[in-house]
Amino acid sequence: MPEHFSNFTMTTRGHKTFDGAMLTSAIGESFLKLDPRRMVRNPVMFVTMVGAIVTTLEVFITKGAHAFVIQIALWLWFTVLSANFAEAMAEGRGKAQADSLRKSRTQLFGLRYKADGTLEKIAAEVLRKGDIILVVAGEVIPGDGEVIEGAATVDESAITGESAPVIRESGGDRSAVTGGTRVLSDQIKVRITASAGESFLDRMIALVEGAKRQKTPNEIALTILLSALTIIFLWVIITLRPLGVYSGALFSVSVLVALLVCLIPTTIGGLLSAIGIAGIDRLVQHNVLAMSGRAVEAAGDVDVLLLDKTGTITLGNREASEFIPAPGVTHEELANAAQLASLADETPEGRSVVVLAKKYNIRGREITELPHATFVPFSAQTRMSGLDMELVQYRKGEAKTIAAWSRGAFPSEVQYEVERISKLGGTPLIVATQNRILGTIYLRDIVKGGLVDRFKLFREMGIKTVMITGDNPLTAAAIAAEAGVDDYLAEAKPEDKLALIRKEQAGGRMVAMTGDGTNDAPALAQADVGVAMNTGTQAAKEAGNMVDLDSNPTKLIEIIEIGKQMLMTRGALTTFSIANDVSKYFAIIPAMLIPVFPVIAPLDIMHLHDPQSAILSAVIFNAIIIILLVPLALRGVKFRALPAAAVLRINLLIYGVGGLIAPFIGIKLIDMAVAALHLV
Amino acid sequence: MPLIDWVQLVLFVGLLALITKPLGLYLSEVLDAKGKTFLDRILKPLERFTYRLIGVDPAQEQDWKRYTVSMLVFSFAGILFTYIILRVQAWLPLNPQGLPNLSPHLAFNTAVSFATNTNWQSYIPEATMSYFSQAVALVIHNFVSAAMGIALAAALVRGIARHTAKTIGNFWTDLVRVTYYLLLPLALVYAIFLISQGTIQNFSAYTTAHVVQSVGGVATQTIAQGPLASQEAIKMLGTNGGGFMNANSAHPFENPTPLTNFVEMLSILAIGSALTYYLGRTVGNQKHGWAVWFAMLLIMLAGFFIAFHEEKAGNPIHQQLGVSKTDGNMEGKEVRFGIFDSALFATVTTDASEGAVDSMHDSFTPLGGLVPMVNMQLDEIVFGGVGSGLYTMIVYIILTVFLVGLMIGRTPEYLGKKIEAYDVKVATLSVIVLVIFILGFTAWAAVSAWGVAGLNNSGPHGLSEMLYAYTSGAENNGSAFAGLTANTPWYNTTLGLDMLFGRFFMIIPIMALAGSLARKKRVPMGPGSFPVTGILFTVLLVAVIILITALTFFPALALGPIVEHFLMHAGTLF
Repeated sequence: MPEHFSNFTMTTRGHKTFDGAMLTSAIGESFLKLDPRRMVRNPVMFVTMVGAIVTTLEVFITKGAHAFVIQIALWLWFTVLSANFAEAMAEGRGKAQADSLRKSRTQLFGLRYKADGTLEKIAAEVLRKGDIILVVAGEVIPGDGEVIEGAATVDESAITGESAPVIRESGGDRSAVTGGTRVLSDQIKVRITASAGESFLDRMIALVEGAKRQKTPNEIALTILLSALTIIFLWVIITLRPLGVYSGALFSVSVLVALLVCLIPTTIGGLLSAIGIAGIDRLVQHNVLAMSGRAVEAAGDVDVLLLDKTGTITLGNREASEFIPAPGVTHEELANAAQLASLADETPEGRSVVVLAKKYNIRGREITELPHATFVPFSAQTRMSGLDMELVQYRKGEAKTIAAWSRGAFPSEVQYEVERISKLGGTPLIVATQNRILGTIYLRDIVKGGLVDRFKLFREMGIKTVMITGDNPLTAAAIAAEAGVDDYLAEAKPEDKLALIRKEQAGGRMVAMTGDGTNDAPALAQADVGVAMNTGTQAAKEAGNMVDLDSNPTKLIEIIEIGKQMLMTRGALTTFSIANDVSKYFAIIPAMLIPVFPVIAPLDIMHLHDPQSAILSAVIFNAIIIILLVPLALRGVKFRALPAAAVLRINLLIYGVGGLIAPFIGIKLIDMAVAALHLV
Repeated sequence: MPLIDWVQLVLFVGLLALITKPLGLYLSEVLDAKGKTFLDRILKPLERFTYRLIGVDPAQEQDWKRYTVSMLVFSFAGILFTYIILRVQAWLPLNPQGLPNLSPHLAFNTAVSFATNTNWQSYIPEATMSYFSQAVALVIHNFVSAAMGIALAAALVRGIARHTAKTIGNFWTDLVRVTYYLLLPLALVYAIFLISQGTIQNFSAYTTAHVVQSVGGVATQTIAQGPLASQEAIKMLGTNGGGFMNANSAHPFENPTPLTNFVEMLSILAIGSALTYYLGRTVGNQKHGWAVWFAMLLIMLAGFFIAFHEEKAGNPIHQQLGVSKTDGNMEGKEVRFGIFDSALFATVTTDASEGAVDSMHDSFTPLGGLVPMVNMQLDEIVFGGVGSGLYTMIVYIILTVFLVGLMIGRTPEYLGKKIEAYDVKVATLSVIVLVIFILGFTAWAAVSAWGVAGLNNSGPHGLSEMLYAYTSGAENNGSAFAGLTANTPWYNTTLGLDMLFGRFFMIIPIMALAGSLARKKRVPMGPGSFPVTGILFTVLLVAVIILITALTFFPALALGPIVEHFLMHAGTLF
């Protein structure tokens, strides 16, 4: 990751969790969100708001001393506003990002080809799918499209934050261009693939803003559970009044409402949507765009990771790592010959041979130094590259090709080396002259640093990693072993990938993969989490449910961690919220009963100052705990790559046992403050 | 606790553990339509004949809706059948005492009570029910309502064990097989054992005995007779609890010896315990079955120790009046059973949805009496009513897994089944309905003239009587706190509805859950899955169950037994 992990350069990079302007606007938003039509979508907070309204009415309708009821009412309103504030804060971070994206979209024009082949200048807003436009150097591409003619360097930093320009050309997998990016050189003809308002940039803005946010499946399930608890507690409170009447205790409405709000899970109810928004936002900070919250949630559930070998597990290119001379040949001889044979080979592998040779004190030579030599570049027909000098011809290539070309005997030692290297997952190349086999070059895949440990953690978490490669099974097995993946799919064709995904899904597993080519699209669409590379084709981007702007396939790993972290945060705050209720009962029930049954005093284990102070303290604690937990909701609980049982144990200790104990301390402290300030 | 009590407790728990596996294995065969038992040679023809009679193809499985509809049709036909017999018993045979027909509300209450496996009795049996009513109208339900509970539990377990399946078994096959292969043979052996201990079995008229010492001018006593042993056996095995006699298992005919008392307690829990083994075996995770078993045991022991401690400590007011502190609270207890057997029986009978009593819970100390009440409010998941204990426990497991499972960073799964919105909806629904009816009816009664009129005691104790009655009804337990005069139109009707709603409004969502789980794919279990075995899971499950119950019932309990407890120590009794 370090080598591929781009610096996050989106305009909001490094923003703080709280900054002044965002805070002010979030506070304003909290009040706007009191709209009952919005509130009703969150049953827990809706009930809290109704409670706040009822207690407020009690202040105006009933006569007598109101200091207590007014304070209860105020704190209940504060509880509702705190929840709205948490959501506004989460949305605020997305809004800031959306605003900066919007700036890059303003005032775009395009040159559109008319039916007669002439050009007209039109505003980006009127571009339709299928229009053909011309973009020349220095202009901003007005909409998403596909290059159909020409090639150009494009600055995509507005979208990706990556300042190095990229090449976009017609045909192949690099033909997609994104609206809002700037052509730096040359000119390209582009066919528009998304009408105005539906472009990638538009979707991106909508996503980070959370404008089209829908509840995710797990969020819906959790909301049902929280609503069920709310119904139970509502009924407990409603029936408590007649039970009190029987017992000679007339509980006031404000006290019953206070108890109700303390019991219903306001902490998680208030923070639930903020957690979801923050999850998507954390992905954006990693330069990944999730097309829906559902995709983020699915990432947490992934059981199988399909990882392309090249680019994900190994660095893109093989490197020459070793020269193994044939019997009777020195290392220097072989290195010299290998370098000469590779001088004309411009592939990364060829260059790595030249570099390795320098380690054997063979200085780098230039083609110009050898005027009499003829270079034989690598071609698909010959499958060799080399150099013809007056007396001697050097070649390097696959064993079979060289054996056919050279008249020299093929030593069994070299044959052995070829097999050994193949088994290790490397690629053996033979260096030879026309009448002598000189030795073997060991080309190897370089497994990215840190992956072995990462895959081990995944295994412990119960996630299976599968390497996908076009290599033969022998090579694949060797690299799979080196990288520490659980399984591999060798000689894989795109349809094999699709079949593998279907097979795993049929077994009830959820699959994540990355892809960039058009032929990856079906698999990307089939996978539960399909991450398309931003450099990939439009088809790939449309098929997946996430886009990685850095085009770094290794990031799949971070994506899974973020998905898990979001679910963990929900679970932790749910547990915390419910565990809190125990202490609230011990604060409020004795306070309600002591006026009628003074003997019940021992139940007041916190020794709170007086009944009103006890009830008020519980309500205050219930309100401020939401605000205190906003940072945790936005940041997410600490992610731990451990087996489920271990994670459960740790989180239960922190949020379960902690949630049981913390409010006892909190309520007691607030009670002391309430008493000291003579609030009631 | 004296050594002899410890020995008895260890023996009790040990024997319960010992019978779990063999009985569980036998159950697995009974609950498999193609299963083989050693009774096949005798019962197979009868089984086949029964299918032909009712026109059922045992190989044809049902989806959850058909299964549920079959169950409902059967239950309501049963209620109607019993209602009619009770309304006309005066004109039917086997009525040597010439007992009259029952009132409409009492007949409704009783028919519902027995059909729902509650066996709440608003009446004094020996003064109300003819032998025909007892041995036909009521005993049938003792068998089939128990078989029904086991059938439903099996359907839910199949739902968990199967994947991408539409069906969850055949209700009629389950009902017939459980009745024939499990309940009838066990009850037969059990009844013979009871007779050997002194339980009576006859259809004679009541006998009149001359008392040794006449009290208040009464020199004779009527001793009720009847076919007790046959009813007693299934009363315990099927967690029914409806006594032949008003005194229930405190009566020497129903529970003649210390040995019968021990066996009766054990038989209450036997099938419920074995069902946990069936769960583990069917889902292919025996450790999970035992984890559930231990969770049940933990709650049972906790309840018992509280009840025992409170009863042993006794009533300080009695002690001021000269009752020896070492005697504990013996009010309402049989001297032959004492504190230990009374406390354990009270715990066990409410852990399961049994409802038989060998002491009067109304006379327990406030916190001692709180234990049976809370046991029922836990929804009787401690081994529980036959079948109902397991299916309710599974609902709690699913809630636990969902509530806490998110903390591992995955969509919660139970045994490889993802718990989604629909599952959460039906699972919570089945818990909510009980809370709604228990608290709703209690609150209604508490502020109604008819409610307060039925009370034997005032103040918090009166509240406990009402809360206990509606808890016992909705939870289909059937034990009474006594004290309450429930044979009135209002109480009979509200309690009847309480039992009816508590049974069926709970079962329907649970069957929907079974259907939903069966349809799902199964995710293979691995290190990333939520652990459903081991100490952590067991403790977590117990904690969540207690937390949910405590949070729901604490206010009502505070106004009832908890206030009463503090008042008692301050010198006030009710």
